Amino acid sequence: MTSTTAYWVRGVRILDGDPTDLVIANGAVWGIGVRPEEGAHQEVVEVDGTGLVALPGLVDLHTHLREPGREDAETVDSGTRAAALGGFTAVFAMANTEPVADTAGVVEQVWRLGREAGHCDVYPVGAVTVGLGGERLAELGAMADSAAGVRVFSDDGKCVSDAVLMRRALEYVKAFDGVIAQHAQEPRLTEGAQMNEGELSGRLGLAGWPAVAEEAIIARDCLLAAHVGSRLHVCHVSTAGSVEIVRWAKSKGWAVTAEACPHHLLLTDELAATYDPIYKVNPPLRSQSDVEALRAGLADGTIDIVATDHAPHPHEDKDCEWAAAAFGMLGLETALSIVQHTMVDAGLLDWAGVAERMSYAPARIGRATDHGQPIQVGAAANIVLYDPAATRNVDPTESASLSRNTPYRGMELPGRVVATFLRGRPTVLDGKLA
Amino acid sequence: MKRHLLSAADLSRDDAELVLTTADEMRSLADRPIKKLPALRGRTVVNLFFEDSTRTRISFEAAAKRLSADVINFSAKGSSLSKGESLKDTALTLEAMGADAVVVRHGSSGAPHLLAHSGWVRSSVVNAGDGTHEHPTQALLDAFTMWKHLGESRPGGLEGRKVAIVGDVLHSRVARSNALLLRTLGAEVTLVAPPTLLPVGIEGWPVETSYDLDSVLPKADAVMMLRVQRERMHGGFFPTAREYSRRYGLDGKRMAMLQDHTIVMHPGPMVRGMEITADVADSDRSVIVEQVTNGVAVRMAVLYLLLGGSEPSIGETE
Amino acid sequence: MCAQPAPEPASDGRVVLDARDITRALTRISHEILERNRGAGDLVLLGIPSRGVPLAQRIAERMAAVEGYDVPVGSVDVTMYRDDLRMKPARALLPTQIPAGGIDGKVVVLVDDVLFSGRTIRAALDALNDIGRPKAVRLAVLVDRGHRELPIRADFVGKNLPTSLVERVRVTLAGVDDTDAVTIQGVVGQS
Repeated sequence: MTSTTAYWVRGVRILDGDPTDLVIANGAVWGIGVRPEEGAHQEVVEVDGTGLVALPGLVDLHTHLREPGREDAETVDSGTRAAALGGFTAVFAMANTEPVADTAGVVEQVWRLGREAGHCDVYPVGAVTVGLGGERLAELGAMADSAAGVRVFSDDGKCVSDAVLMRRALEYVKAFDGVIAQHAQEPRLTEGAQMNEGELSGRLGLAGWPAVAEEAIIARDCLLAAHVGSRLHVCHVSTAGSVEIVRWAKSKGWAVTAEACPHHLLLTDELAATYDPIYKVNPPLRSQSDVEALRAGLADGTIDIVATDHAPHPHEDKDCEWAAAAFGMLGLETALSIVQHTMVDAGLLDWAGVAERMSYAPARIGRATDHGQPIQVGAAANIVLYDPAATRNVDPTESASLSRNTPYRGMELPGRVVATFLRGRPTVLDGKLA
Repeated sequence: MKRHLLSAADLSRDDAELVLTTADEMRSLADRPIKKLPALRGRTVVNLFFEDSTRTRISFEAAAKRLSADVINFSAKGSSLSKGESLKDTALTLEAMGADAVVVRHGSSGAPHLLAHSGWVRSSVVNAGDGTHEHPTQALLDAFTMWKHLGESRPGGLEGRKVAIVGDVLHSRVARSNALLLRTLGAEVTLVAPPTLLPVGIEGWPVETSYDLDSVLPKADAVMMLRVQRERMHGGFFPTAREYSRRYGLDGKRMAMLQDHTIVMHPGPMVRGMEITADVADSDRSVIVEQVTNGVAVRMAVLYLLLGGSEPSIGETE
Repeated sequence: MCAQPAPEPASDGRVVLDARDITRALTRISHEILERNRGAGDLVLLGIPSRGVPLAQRIAERMAAVEGYDVPVGSVDVTMYRDDLRMKPARALLPTQIPAGGIDGKVVVLVDDVLFSGRTIRAALDALNDIGRPKAVRLAVLVDRGHRELPIRADFVGKNLPTSLVERVRVTLAGVDDTDAVTIQGVVGQS
């Protein structure tokens, strides 16, 4: 896709660099430190980049777009609008739709819906097992060979708990350079689980979701991945112990990657004391020490990426008693702000680090070759312009998502996405959908 | 303004003692020919029971009626709830009917909290047991029963009295509320259970814990036996009912270890032969029947103090 | 924990009855009740908490001295029968003690410290209604300060005390308070 309009972003900092001019034209980075050539473009749009940071377009390896099946909660169109507003140029759409994305037909449908919407690229994730049933492998090869070119497979929402099945899946996807993204949750240890198991769960009388149920699966899967020489990706790491296990696996040189979610970098289980299911998420919000371990792990690279686990739910699924409510929270439109707040402003990551954790690395893990490229002349112009000095109050009604279940309602968060470019075309401009 | 009784932790020591002394006055009503007081005339109390509990419901119903309130019983069985109507819609219906207080029993921990804070209803909310969370009026009636036997005639009331709560603490809302309330009243609580039936993080509670019933009994002033629900027996929390009874049941032999003044309590319904033997339950030390009587008086006190005046005198501050 | 707040020392008011006046008034009331009732038979004295209760006990002591017979004494709390119940936060209850023989067929003498609007006595009559059916109900008060708002009058009065509506009458009784006294306090500092 090319555009005859050139965007002349003046005085913008590329990652942590000094202010410069950035020219985007013909779908690519046309020039850095130069001005648009007279007469070379049909139209030149000047963008004041003063105070803005240019980042490579963000890539979310973990998004729930809910289509097909739960179009009341989110659609590919609405979810990718939210993604663009959050600075994302690519999202990986999880497989737990209705029907489950366990065949080439469903993944191609989602992929096509993404292309039609055009707000950001949609990479469907394929289910590991038929119907997320955890009993037999889905047709992974067919999904890999489909137009959607699936490389990430996950039963997310459910754990591939059967050790033999997990081993086979890890082995099988080697044939097409795939990766298994595991939702690490030992099912027997978490029957009826509602929140982090700790002193507070005991006091509140809510069934506990113990850290060990996550850590035991991660440890097992690391060993399995090493044994069969496969790539393992660990979804939504939430505990300090999990960070330790991933750190240990990496020290062995095993092909293990891991993600942390923005909400796990900021919020703690104390919020469950409100009994407001807006704070109900899986894995659950953990303790402050877990939050700190996750931040440290993300800073030192043990945790490779930030992924949103954007999980829209209709109002009625959250406007009820805690135990009856659905797990999950929105994340696409607030992810970058939360990372700025918890990591950049805290001195744990610079903008180059943010680019690695939110763009380069997730694109690498998901084999999204068109994304996650540094901003350099000639590269595809997948770029987000971000104002870290801005602040905003989170108003759920302003979200582009069809759902309103953000846990940050009323919070003041730093930063604002000013513009998002997908292959040179603005999907967001002046903070609004273009 | 104070409006709700959701947790035993909502009550300060002054609040709790006001409930106890008020309940004492209410209890004397039982001896009068006309068992009725006019305090809640024209007030409507709704008993909203999503879980079967005939005992608790009739106790609240008797309490509200003795105070001349209009009582509406709304139970999940045979109502629209079984057709999937939500807590919210039920609450909005009650609000439209003009309830002054909603007494709610629910299988989900936190449901009364949600009802009180959601903005769905303006009425006072009284927690009549939520999931495995709390049951504050049960704790108040237990405390009242202990106070009559162990506290009324001495300065400081229950201050320093030793209470052992024995059994399935993990799933017991009674244990949680009692631990909080008795602590507020200055009593020393020891929770006794097999390790599988104590919650994770119990070190942070204001209580002692023990796995050994026999070491706790000789020092206790009151022993409260908790019910062991049938489903726990199949949950792998302990090997067999027989082993549980042997280690944590209160039988005649163990009862002989108690001090002369020590009372034996049970929130009911009992599983005789499991956590308590029939001879203990029917012994002179047992105050189990008295607990039921006191339940009405304590619930009268709570309803009166929440609804009797222009604004409530006890409970959670909004 | 349920006692009403103790009144402040009465020193700032004008003393209208001192300890000896009160003793004399109670003695006279005791005699009047006995005379009117033709003895102590069937009598039950019920004080209205808090200060009606010790007054009832003192009257009973005097009757015992005269008649050689213990008149049953009790108390009746009117809190829940008050017509202003809903106008203030829920108040602590005060003791209701009905003597063992009950009140059915008895002559109940309600005893209170000050008779003012009459609303407390109306509440007490309602409370009695829920307790039993006396043969008759009489009213004895230490002070009648006037300003009735209901058609109620006392049968036995220690002292009639004309007051202004803005004044406050305070009764203190040894045992409950420091000393026996009835004082009138003006409006200074009061709104």
